[in-house]
Amino acid sequence: MKEINCDVLVVGAGPAGSVTAWYAAKGGASVLLVEKRQEIGSPVRCGEGLSKYWLKDVGIPEDRRWIANEVDGARIFSPAGKAWIIDEKSAGNEVGYVIERDQFDKYLAQLAARAGAEIMLKTWVKGIIKKDGFVCGAVARHMGEDVRINAKIVVGADGYESQVGRWAGIDTSLKPNDIDTCIQYRMTGIECDRRFCDFYLGSVAPGGYIWVFPKNEDTANVGIGVQLSKIKNPGEVKQYLDRWIEKQPGIKKGKKIDMVAGAVSISQPLERTVDNGLMLVGDAARMIDPITGGGVSNGCKAGKVCGEVAAQAIEAKDCSAEFLQRYERGWRAILEEKQYRNWLAKEKLVTLSDDVFNEIIELLADTKLEKLNVYNLLKAVRAKFPDLVKEFEEML
Amino acid sequence: MKSDKEKCLYCGACVGTCPKNAIYLEETRVVFDEERCVKCRLCVKVCPVGAISE
Repeated sequence: MKEINCDVLVVGAGPAGSVTAWYAAKGGASVLLVEKRQEIGSPVRCGEGLSKYWLKDVGIPEDRRWIANEVDGARIFSPAGKAWIIDEKSAGNEVGYVIERDQFDKYLAQLAARAGAEIMLKTWVKGIIKKDGFVCGAVARHMGEDVRINAKIVVGADGYESQVGRWAGIDTSLKPNDIDTCIQYRMTGIECDRRFCDFYLGSVAPGGYIWVFPKNEDTANVGIGVQLSKIKNPGEVKQYLDRWIEKQPGIKKGKKIDMVAGAVSISQPLERTVDNGLMLVGDAARMIDPITGGGVSNGCKAGKVCGEVAAQAIEAKDCSAEFLQRYERGWRAILEEKQYRNWLAKEKLVTLSDDVFNEIIELLADTKLEKLNVYNLLKAVRAKFPDLVKEFEEML
Repeated sequence: MKSDKEKCLYCGACVGTCPKNAIYLEETRVVFDEERCVKCRLCVKVCPVGAISE
């Protein structure tokens, strides 16, 4: 069998994997980034709405190649059709771009490559290699051949369908109430307002939402996520979206030019993301925001920490779980509290009826929030619906 | 379990959802491990396009 040696093997060239590879290579490690598909970034499985405040923190330069449209804000629509507008002024840095994910992913891979990371496409990891309680590589299939990749650290950045963590004995399984099943069309020739990313809540998408994220003046990603525990029949999520589109004259008249599907975790963070010679990052580590279902920013933020710690571990010649705790502590310090809080909020949101959504959105649309944050939101909602925020009292 | 190739988008939703790790996604193929499968049917429900059946 052909053999390849490296310090750090990163499995999966999505944003989290590429940022990990980038920072590990920057830190001096020899890095191999493998991607099972023949093209990084394709097919796009993403709504492509991206906040922008965090890009600087991770060091990602903003580049026209992957920015399709800069939006002014978001509109949250109640089941009755009332819009709560969150603009740049109230949302601060939370608004952002509609991006070209395929270009974005390639751009990040390019940053990794420029830092010295090797990249192998069409390389499907079949299993990990363990020795003396340490993960020390993987066996992959590449262009019809098995390849043995020896590595001091393996990073599982293999997305929602992650296998690396499971092979290593980390429990990444999800409950049906912590999964959203999603489908999206790219539609052109529609009527949309390119200034806003739109969200539609309520029974049109039980336990999730419908989104319309404009790529330009007449094209948008029109998608839906529905909580798996609320799905009764096969293919139901597509039926929910098709039924909704049917009732939107401005969207119905458009043509579909792309269709993608997938699932996202809307769970609490994993209890453990490291082992001897192993780290998990991004969707594989269930780092997706349980409210928005967005995973790119969290994956990149954690990827930076993951790559830095990988390089430090290589330099220190210590790839034990104990050393890699630096990553565990590092990403939790940045993401854990918000993810847990948003998971709690999600658990509450999925129980709300259309009537309650109508009242809350009506209330928020007419409330001048000084600054959009959880504290101010809860305070505003508590004024009218004290019962609803009872479980969040400690945050107030 | 089986997946209808004419409907399947190879999105991996079933793979990540399977509590028993009994589904694999190869590049253009979804593979079911019948020995591990416990017939919980979560993959049938999570499939966005309804491509999976028993």
